[in-house]
Amino acid sequence: MFSKRKITVVCLAVSIALFAEGCKKKVPAPPPPPPAPVPAAPAPAPRAPVVGQFSAEPSTIQRGQSATLRWEISGEVTSVAIDQSVGTVRSTGSQQITPASSTTYTLTATGPGGSITSAATVTVVTPPPPAPPPPTPPSASPATVEQRLGSDVQDAFFEYDKSELNSEAREALTRDATALKAILSEFPNAILMIEGHCDERGSAEYNLGLGDRRASSAKEFLVSLGVSGDRLKTISYGKERPQCTESTEACWQKNRRAHFSPGQ
Amino acid sequence: MKRIVWIMGAATATLMVLAAQQHDFSGLIKVDAQLPALAVPDLRGDAGAQAFMAAFNQTLWSDLQGAGIFNLVPRSHYPSTVPQQLADFKVPPPVENKPLRRGQAPPPPPTGGGLWLSDWLNPPTQANYVTVGYAAVQNNLFVLRGWLVDLSIPNPVNAGALAKTYIESLDEAGARKTAHEFATDILERFGAKSLFGSHIYFVRRAGSLKTPVAEIWVMDPDGKNQKQITRFNALSDFPSVSPDGDKIAFTSWVRGNPGIFVFSVDPVRDLRFYNQRGASVTATPSFTPDGKQIVFMSSSAGCCRIFIANLDGSNLRSISSSSSIDAEPKVNPKTGSEVAFASGRSGPQQIYRMNIDGTDVERLTDGTGEASNPSWHPGGQFLAYAWTRGFMTGAFNIFVMNVARRDYQQLTHGEGKNENPSWAPDGKHIVFMSTRTGSSQIWSMLADGTELQQLTTQGSNLHPVWGK
Repeated sequence: MFSKRKITVVCLAVSIALFAEGCKKKVPAPPPPPPAPVPAAPAPAPRAPVVGQFSAEPSTIQRGQSATLRWEISGEVTSVAIDQSVGTVRSTGSQQITPASSTTYTLTATGPGGSITSAATVTVVTPPPPAPPPPTPPSASPATVEQRLGSDVQDAFFEYDKSELNSEAREALTRDATALKAILSEFPNAILMIEGHCDERGSAEYNLGLGDRRASSAKEFLVSLGVSGDRLKTISYGKERPQCTESTEACWQKNRRAHFSPGQ
Repeated sequence: MKRIVWIMGAATATLMVLAAQQHDFSGLIKVDAQLPALAVPDLRGDAGAQAFMAAFNQTLWSDLQGAGIFNLVPRSHYPSTVPQQLADFKVPPPVENKPLRRGQAPPPPPTGGGLWLSDWLNPPTQANYVTVGYAAVQNNLFVLRGWLVDLSIPNPVNAGALAKTYIESLDEAGARKTAHEFATDILERFGAKSLFGSHIYFVRRAGSLKTPVAEIWVMDPDGKNQKQITRFNALSDFPSVSPDGDKIAFTSWVRGNPGIFVFSVDPVRDLRFYNQRGASVTATPSFTPDGKQIVFMSSSAGCCRIFIANLDGSNLRSISSSSSIDAEPKVNPKTGSEVAFASGRSGPQQIYRMNIDGTDVERLTDGTGEASNPSWHPGGQFLAYAWTRGFMTGAFNIFVMNVARRDYQQLTHGEGKNENPSWAPDGKHIVFMSTRTGSSQIWSMLADGTELQQLTTQGSNLHPVWGK
């Protein structure tokens, strides 16, 4: 079946193969690996932030005054915060504060190496009470009607060629009504004049009518708020008595008004 | 073809209507450019009178120029010699007619250097008339001898169109007065009325911003002779003058709320107008043409209606009945039956007219801008008024309207604010307030806007009204 030659070839091939196998196992060892690198120096442990400064200047204030917080943080910082509602801040800075009472501000600086705090205190002292006003002798003259009108009562202003009260004029007159009632009760014999004025642009003749209508509008409104109509009189000055004379809208507006003065 | 004829006919009719509606201000403004040329050389005076001749010459020139009926020849065109009296004019010697040689230029026309009438008639003067004369002191009075010479008459002996002697006080006022009188006579020769003797009442404002003072003043039509009438040391305003010139009515705050006063002017006396009690405004009075009543604005359940009353305030009744502001009524001086006034009844104030019983109210201005200050022409045909039409709010100009036609002419054109027009008695001039110099001053002009003259310079002056 199998020829002798074929068996020989096979045996030869097998032996060569086996031989070759035996040869491979006998190759020399590879060169040694390169030396392991020298390990790097170990990283130093992170430092905590350093507070160079945290102060309040001045450290003592009177109530209502302000002090300035100043701070300077060095080192590795990830956040800086100050309590008492100051909040997160930069690592260096200043901030004005107006504490109502003595307050200690704590600054907290945080970095990878930990956090550090520092405190600054602002002492608030209450100012001394002002000197009392000189006592008025009981017989001293009280404020005049004119002074009271000047300090407590405002003008009502109008739009061009209009005598109707706009919302601002109504607001002003509503405030005036309270003051006018007080003045009238304080001065039971006083009569008050409501003067109607106009700006310089319309004719002087027509403005007599317009000023009269402005004064009447103001009076009607005050009476509706309970001010005694018997003690309010009206007078039109048209454009005869301006309080400014510039030809500008600002001045024109100032002159379109109902103004209060003591009656004769 | 028919259609074309129809269109042409319609177009022609339209054009004719438009032409008829063209501004008809005839009788009001002299449109004739051929005015007589008048030479008005400076007159000289003797040693005592010469000091006042500058005032005399300035006044004479101004009166003649301002009348608007002459072309005054500039003085640089006059001959070198000015005759001082009619007798100084010489008759030129008879001209010898020498035959001209060939090539010879004709001799220049002979002249008398000013002593021949032809010197004034020919170029460069080219006058139709010349005024000559002189002034001298006699009995310590200023005496002027004046002539108007008609240059169309060949013989100087017959050329005196006017020869008159005027005697006034020996001072500047006297010299001005003789000039006014001389000018009046010259104007009369040409059928024109002089304004000399008429008066302009006006308001002068003074005082501080906080306590302003306004008083009524009066002056001559040339701004001279300014005199203060009221001395209330308060606000007084809106004067008007009675038709006979004897009284004024005005508004004053001297007793509190604005009220009416009626004064006689010579002597100055309060004639007692009784204001309606309880009215917060009684103001802007003006007289009816018979001088027996006044119309005015007054509050009655709101300001203001037009009222009429006697000169003492009695027989008071309202004419208008609107719910808006009716102001500054003026009765037509010719008819006495209609009233012009300003009103805000349709919005911004406009000029209206109504019958004196309050009926037939009509708006005269077209509703644009704001219109105020109506003033009737003495003839009753025209109204002068202030209007902001075409300008900003408050920027008034003077206009004149032909009331029947409603067409109007604008006389001032934005040179400051121009308000308060009032006609002169001659119906040719208008006095008004202008802020063109930067302050409120009184000016006069012809009713066509020419011959402007500034009458006041001091302080702040307004609301002029021109009376007899």
